[in-house]
Amino acid sequence: MNVISLTVFDLSLAAFLLLLLAATSLRIGLGLEKRMVISGLRMTVQLLLVGMVLKVLFANDNFALVAFMSLCMLLIAGYEVLARQKRRLRGSTGYLISTGSMLVSSFTVTFLALTVMVGVDPWYTPQYAIPLLGMLLGNTMNGVALSSDRLTTEMYNHRGMVEQRLLLGQTWQEASGDIRRDCMRTGMIPIINSMAAAGVVSLPGMMTGQILGGSSPLDAVKYQILIMFLIAAGTGFGVLTAIWLISRRLFDERQRLVLDQLTKLK
Amino acid sequence: MKEAPLPSSCPDKTGTKGLLVSSFKFLGNGPYNLKASSGECLGLTGQSGVGKTQFLRAIADVIAHEGNCSLDGNLCSSISPPEWRRMVALLPAESFWWYDTVGEHLDISNEDSWLEQILSTLGFSKDVLGWEVSRLSTGERQRLSLVRTLINKPRVLLLDEPTSGLDKQMVQVVEDILRELCVQRQMICLWVSHDLEQLSRVASKIFRVETSGLVAEGDK
Repeated sequence: MNVISLTVFDLSLAAFLLLLLAATSLRIGLGLEKRMVISGLRMTVQLLLVGMVLKVLFANDNFALVAFMSLCMLLIAGYEVLARQKRRLRGSTGYLISTGSMLVSSFTVTFLALTVMVGVDPWYTPQYAIPLLGMLLGNTMNGVALSSDRLTTEMYNHRGMVEQRLLLGQTWQEASGDIRRDCMRTGMIPIINSMAAAGVVSLPGMMTGQILGGSSPLDAVKYQILIMFLIAAGTGFGVLTAIWLISRRLFDERQRLVLDQLTKLK
Repeated sequence: MKEAPLPSSCPDKTGTKGLLVSSFKFLGNGPYNLKASSGECLGLTGQSGVGKTQFLRAIADVIAHEGNCSLDGNLCSSISPPEWRRMVALLPAESFWWYDTVGEHLDISNEDSWLEQILSTLGFSKDVLGWEVSRLSTGERQRLSLVRTLINKPRVLLLDEPTSGLDKQMVQVVEDILRELCVQRQMICLWVSHDLEQLSRVASKIFRVETSGLVAEGDK
């Protein structure tokens, strides 16, 4: 079975729905219409571009190309994480931490999946490597961005409390423990919830795509299960790493809270 | 070793009892020099915004500083930060609470009758441990914050306007408690206040904090 190809007209019709929403937003003063349109445009252009890139990539199993593409994805994800933080670490540290934590979680998990679980040969076969990495990176990025933003905001808002705990002789780990745990939860709860709802409430995107593409539902489901586990692990470890690294930077070697490490986004 | 050599006027590490602050600088202020022996209470006063609170915060090592600060001959930098802050405890003017009830904030694992006694002196029964923090008045918070800090049995207590929210009677009670602790536990107090009358009641010496250093207000 082959997929029915979508025409430009089909897509325009779908885009019209978003324009309708934007018009409503304008009318009721939500102030979201500009962002809606820009995000919609960005999505369209980015996906069309990536479609072309993938076409080239899939045509030749070149490790260097796959590696380059992965690196680009990682660097952009790192930038996105930073862009979503109201208060971020000064200088390049914030960027290094967000890319670093996504690198250690998403990339290791993807590599493990490609070599051990899927066992495709060669392991960097772009048809497998790029979509898997993309899904992992996208979810990890959300988790890391949510939890990092929350961590820096909470530490700033509750600095009096954190300092009070330090004054009572708590270590920096104890003094920031409640906040750190809270932020880790914030980062992990979306994926935990979507695991719980998978299949009964929502049919996850990847599985839907495979079914539309003609795979048997059972194969699609197996891949979906795999990817859910991978995403949960990747997001979880990414969040843990990011929170640990950021909070470590917010205390100096004498365990003082040093909020001048943070700059505020305009 | 990180230790900078002590100025010659300072006694060496062996056998010095008390708090010693020398060539102490922070946030562009100083140098400050101060010596308090065991059981002594020193008063600190000065204009608003001159950095009295920051001075205490620097001694408690929650803001960066230069120079030396030592307790009983042990340099601040040679002691782990949590341990230092338990020995040299700062009672901030505004107290913060993060759990629901008062008791959760107090380390009462190995507490004796002392806790019950100090609570009742400050006008509380033991039930206060189960009280919701959000229902406490400013004065109650201030008194309970004092109890919370004293449970750690600090050697040095840094007090930042400790009685500002209390009525006259309670001010007296708090002064008495602290005076007694200075004698009993040989605790050292650095007491920041705008109230010179209060300082002359509790402190053996009073200093005026200025950005360039400490100036003696005159001995008692």
